[in-house]
Amino acid sequence: MGLELKNLYNDFRDAKTIKAYAKLIAQDAKKLPRPINIMEVCGGHTHTIMKYGILQLLPPNIKFIHGPGCPVCVMPKERVDHAYALAMQKDVILVTLGDMIKVPGSNGSLQDARAKGADVRFVYSPMECLKISKENPTKRIIFFAIGFETTTPMTAALLEQVIKQDIHNILVHINHVTVPEPMRVLLSDDECNIDAFLGPSHVSVISGSKIYEEFPKKWGKPVVVSGFEPVDVMESISMVVKQFVESRCELEVQYKRAVTYDGNLNAQKLIAKYFEKAPHFRFRGLGDIPEGGLKLKKEYDKYNAEVIYDAILPKEEIDDHKLCKCGEILKGKATPPECSIFGTACKPNTPIGSCMVSSEGACAAYYKYGNLL
Amino acid sequence: MCLSIPSKVVQIDEQTNIATVDTMGVQREASLDLMAEGDVAIGDYVLIHIGFIMNKIDEEDALASLETYKEILTAMDEEERQNAILEADRCEGS
Repeated sequence: MGLELKNLYNDFRDAKTIKAYAKLIAQDAKKLPRPINIMEVCGGHTHTIMKYGILQLLPPNIKFIHGPGCPVCVMPKERVDHAYALAMQKDVILVTLGDMIKVPGSNGSLQDARAKGADVRFVYSPMECLKISKENPTKRIIFFAIGFETTTPMTAALLEQVIKQDIHNILVHINHVTVPEPMRVLLSDDECNIDAFLGPSHVSVISGSKIYEEFPKKWGKPVVVSGFEPVDVMESISMVVKQFVESRCELEVQYKRAVTYDGNLNAQKLIAKYFEKAPHFRFRGLGDIPEGGLKLKKEYDKYNAEVIYDAILPKEEIDDHKLCKCGEILKGKATPPECSIFGTACKPNTPIGSCMVSSEGACAAYYKYGNLL
Repeated sequence: MCLSIPSKVVQIDEQTNIATVDTMGVQREASLDLMAEGDVAIGDYVLIHIGFIMNKIDEEDALASLETYKEILTAMDEEERQNAILEADRCEGS
């Protein structure tokens, strides 16, 4: 469909507010000592920024770098290969969240495994595993768990039920990742040109804004935790700009209606009960991130598909396609149109790189809404 | 698109710890397993993600958000609208 900005929000009650913020940001931006690059860490924000043409509303001295906060985009091929190998086991039903459907591994995607006869099910909630296990008592249900801090407690809640109900045919394969570690790695890069962050919405609901304390304090980078709505993002950008104009460097929360400093302590307790930091997690495009992911604690080995199926899981690390620039895009060193295969060999239906796989990946967002730029 | 449309709790089954919530006219179930016992009551506004209640939101904030979402959703076609309300379209993220 031909997207036009005016169709997107001219009829909005919020259009006035969005325009008012655009004006305010433009005024404040005149006082900026130098141009600034803001990284929106979360794919949900990338989507909002692209869909509502927010980049167009900003003055030229405010640029956006699209961050790695899209769990599918950062899933390395070898983990997808794990899912594929598990799915191909004869007595296994592999269950995962919808976004994993098209993610290409080295043998293909889970969709391809399905075409070859594997029983792969894409669910809305991890709790659906309980029903699937009851309906298939002779099968092994493996929940391939993905996501940042947002979805980790849900996997823990599933395990809690599995243990409480004494269910013997549900296992988990854990690919949960964390937000602060990759942010730290990005900032440690000599070529890093990030000046400030928009902090994720949902992650912060669970973790609290406290997880970003170090970024203004230790790294000298302001963080504003933002909501998802276009008005939220505009207000958050305005708050970032104001910090620069007033020479402040703080952690602020724009998304106050949903995010507290401490977050959901109950959910955090659940996470701590089942998970511990993995020494390493390889992020696609970013490489090895120390403590960038979580693993199931040893005492839950009998529920851990990685332990139980160790013999059949591929161990080799697989790098991205040579022409794919996802890594540089995730680091903010390149934009999607600068990739030679963007929109040609690599499209949402035939994704080569992970940023094209998910609707929240920077490449997919540019492909869909790029005509707004 | 990853949205966070506030949902209203209309029923709680204490036996299963599952709430029935209403998201802009669509009713569905959501687990209360991430919330402390007794923390959520009928009539509360909550945020939901992949079938779980993540937190409560203040009613005034929730109503203001719902106004905005009404407008965002009006601009979508039916399928996109259903997906957005049910979060069915890929938001495992942050």
